[in-house]
Amino acid sequence: MTNFQIISAIFIGLAAGYVGSFMILRRMALVGDALSHVALPGLAIAILLNINPFIGAFATLFIGIVFVWLIENKTELSTESLIGLIFTVSLAIGFLITPESELLEALFGDISKISAVDAYLSVIFSAILILAMRGISKGFILSTISHDLARASGVKVAKLNFIFLLLVAIAVALGIKAVGSLLMGALVIIPAITSRSITSSLRGYTIASALIGLISLLGGMAIAAKFNLPPGPIVILASSALFLVSLLFSKK
Amino acid sequence: MSIKNVNILSMGEEILKVEKLSVEFYGQKVVENVNFSLKRGEVLAVVGPNGSGKSVLFRALLDLVPYSGKVTWQKGIITGYVPQKLAVEKDFPLTAGEFMALRGARPEKETEKALEDVGLHKKNKGYEWLLDKKMGQLSSGQLQRLLIASSLTGKPDVLLFDEPTAGIDIAGEETIYGLFRKLQASAELTVILISHDLSVVHDFTDNVLGLNRKQIFFGRPHEVLDHKLLHHLYGEEVERHHHDRDISVL
Repeated sequence: MTNFQIISAIFIGLAAGYVGSFMILRRMALVGDALSHVALPGLAIAILLNINPFIGAFATLFIGIVFVWLIENKTELSTESLIGLIFTVSLAIGFLITPESELLEALFGDISKISAVDAYLSVIFSAILILAMRGISKGFILSTISHDLARASGVKVAKLNFIFLLLVAIAVALGIKAVGSLLMGALVIIPAITSRSITSSLRGYTIASALIGLISLLGGMAIAAKFNLPPGPIVILASSALFLVSLLFSKK
Repeated sequence: MSIKNVNILSMGEEILKVEKLSVEFYGQKVVENVNFSLKRGEVLAVVGPNGSGKSVLFRALLDLVPYSGKVTWQKGIITGYVPQKLAVEKDFPLTAGEFMALRGARPEKETEKALEDVGLHKKNKGYEWLLDKKMGQLSSGQLQRLLIASSLTGKPDVLLFDEPTAGIDIAGEETIYGLFRKLQASAELTVILISHDLSVVHDFTDNVLGLNRKQIFFGRPHEVLDHKLLHHLYGEEVERHHHDRDISVL
């Protein structure tokens, strides 16, 4: 593995695990999974226009989160089913417009192609993401456990939810290069559920989730590189293996 | 010190006035034409059957739902809200101590004082243990205490307390009402509470508001809590209440 790959994996793993821990507390596992599919058409467009895939993925993800936010905050519609619909549609569109030669990479990622620019982008955005998430975490947790209590305490819940979704979009866009749009959802979900079964405080849970994200991504990539396997699926299998191990140490 | 004096002097002034308050959900009136006022240092109980709009009234007072009519708080009044329950599963990774720190960075002394006010003293055995416990694993009494302590850290003038339906067994002999009485004396607190226990309401409160979508009554407990008005408020339910429990105090 190159230094660029290692640095990217460290930061993306931390950021995905950290933001994922908060998604799980909101029961947003499926939203995260579906949202990662929205990146696919963006990736395809970026490939066709020959621009950085991070930008393309983030552009469609941004549209995706605006959509989620509007459903959650401005309508009474059932979020789950509509998200399921729109996101499979975007997967279908993405599948159609992605050039066939690039399709596998878009779906499953290829961190071996990470450039210096990608690595710098990963470091900068991961750092911003972690700091911003830390900044909104108190209000976020308060509004998760009681919407009314949060609002009565002066938390601007709708605004905070939008910032949160924005951070999720950044995490997904960052991770796609590494594990692809099909599997990115797993990289935000699995470290969090692993961490949840072995920790009891919020602090412990979020930090452990970030570290497990890092170990999964870096470890999975190292194993994939050694045995010449595709990194995306190996990363997910590595994180799932950690989850199974965590069950042995479960605090319940 | 001077602030305390001002509060004592201003005891009895009107700090909340509610006029023609109505709340509508999907074209259906859930609270209709409520009128009352509240003076500093008073305890007001809101009573009524399940689904009568008590919690909605609270949310309107806190400006959490759209309403029509007028809710006028005196300028600069800080409200503290104690919700009925929290959405925390048993394994939600949040300790009681972390919960206390959620409402912004407050000096540790202030948090300790609030915990002391609800009977959780730092010196007590089990203090650290309780603060390290997960929120989802607290007993309902412990949870109530923490919720109240959390709302007290904001130094509220008025506490809005939404009592859970189930009577809570606050550890030991002290009831939640005894706690309020003490708080009222030490912090000059005004309290609005939703209550399900009419005998406590009778003993403890200055005014009672009977709500069943519409305002059924408002006044001193010994004036309004008579059998006829209660029958009007609860319908058949109060009859059952009468047989099941001793309401001789009424």
